[in-house]
Amino acid sequence: MFIAAMIGILVTMALALCRALLGPTVYDRILSVNMFGTKTVLFIAVLGFLTDRPDFLDLALIYVLINFIGTLAVLKFVTYNDLGADPEEQNRT
Amino acid sequence: MTEILDIALLSFMIVLAIAVSRMQNLFMAAMMTGIFSFLSAIVFTLLDAVDVAFTEAAVGAGVSTVLLLGTLSLTTREEKIVKKNNALALLVVLITGSALIYGTLDMPNYGDPNAPVHQHVADRYIEKSGEEMGIPNIVTSVLASYRGYDTLGEVTVIFTAGIGVILLLGHIWRKEDEQ
Repeated sequence: MFIAAMIGILVTMALALCRALLGPTVYDRILSVNMFGTKTVLFIAVLGFLTDRPDFLDLALIYVLINFIGTLAVLKFVTYNDLGADPEEQNRT
Repeated sequence: MTEILDIALLSFMIVLAIAVSRMQNLFMAAMMTGIFSFLSAIVFTLLDAVDVAFTEAAVGAGVSTVLLLGTLSLTTREEKIVKKNNALALLVVLITGSALIYGTLDMPNYGDPNAPVHQHVADRYIEKSGEEMGIPNIVTSVLASYRGYDTLGEVTVIFTAGIGVILLLGHIWRKEDEQ
């Protein structure tokens, strides 16, 4: 069963990769990177059970957090073209 | 099963690497390197190097993508296209690549118990580090104590690099303030 899950995750990864390479807009690519991060988390979680070492789950949890913060930073960059921008100041002007 | 996983992941990485090198838009390329780091983190996990995978995900996928985006916001988003073909650069890359591949031919097989890395000092660390250092984690006691001077050198290098970056960026910020 874990093998079937693993193959499913690999196929989804390939699809996300296609979307990241083909584009066409920036948001497609951002979404595909975010989705690829999620697939990484799933992959590590399934890998832990496949090889009888579920202690990999800690690693998967850390990846979720990194992926979330990374996506926020990317979206902020796309919106304001500056990582140090203050959103409220932008709204006022 | 793990062989199939290795082949699939490594072929993803090859496709991504070619795509990144052919991309003109640097923002897209920065995004693709994020995916590349995730893939290499998975490969490290498959090789049982969980601590390296941890670092790769935190630094490669997290911080370095953000750092690349910060660089893009200070510079430009489009790559400058170099028209003239640089045969010398290609030659250097080919020689370096073949030297690296030649170097891997002498390496012992993965998981080989007779490999030098398992014969040299690893046994002593595993047996003695607990009572000598009093730290249950062997990796920590090797990094912080047995190779303490080495780690101190690494930290010095990173500290110097940080000072360099702050000096360079501080120059730009000061210019903006004056304007």
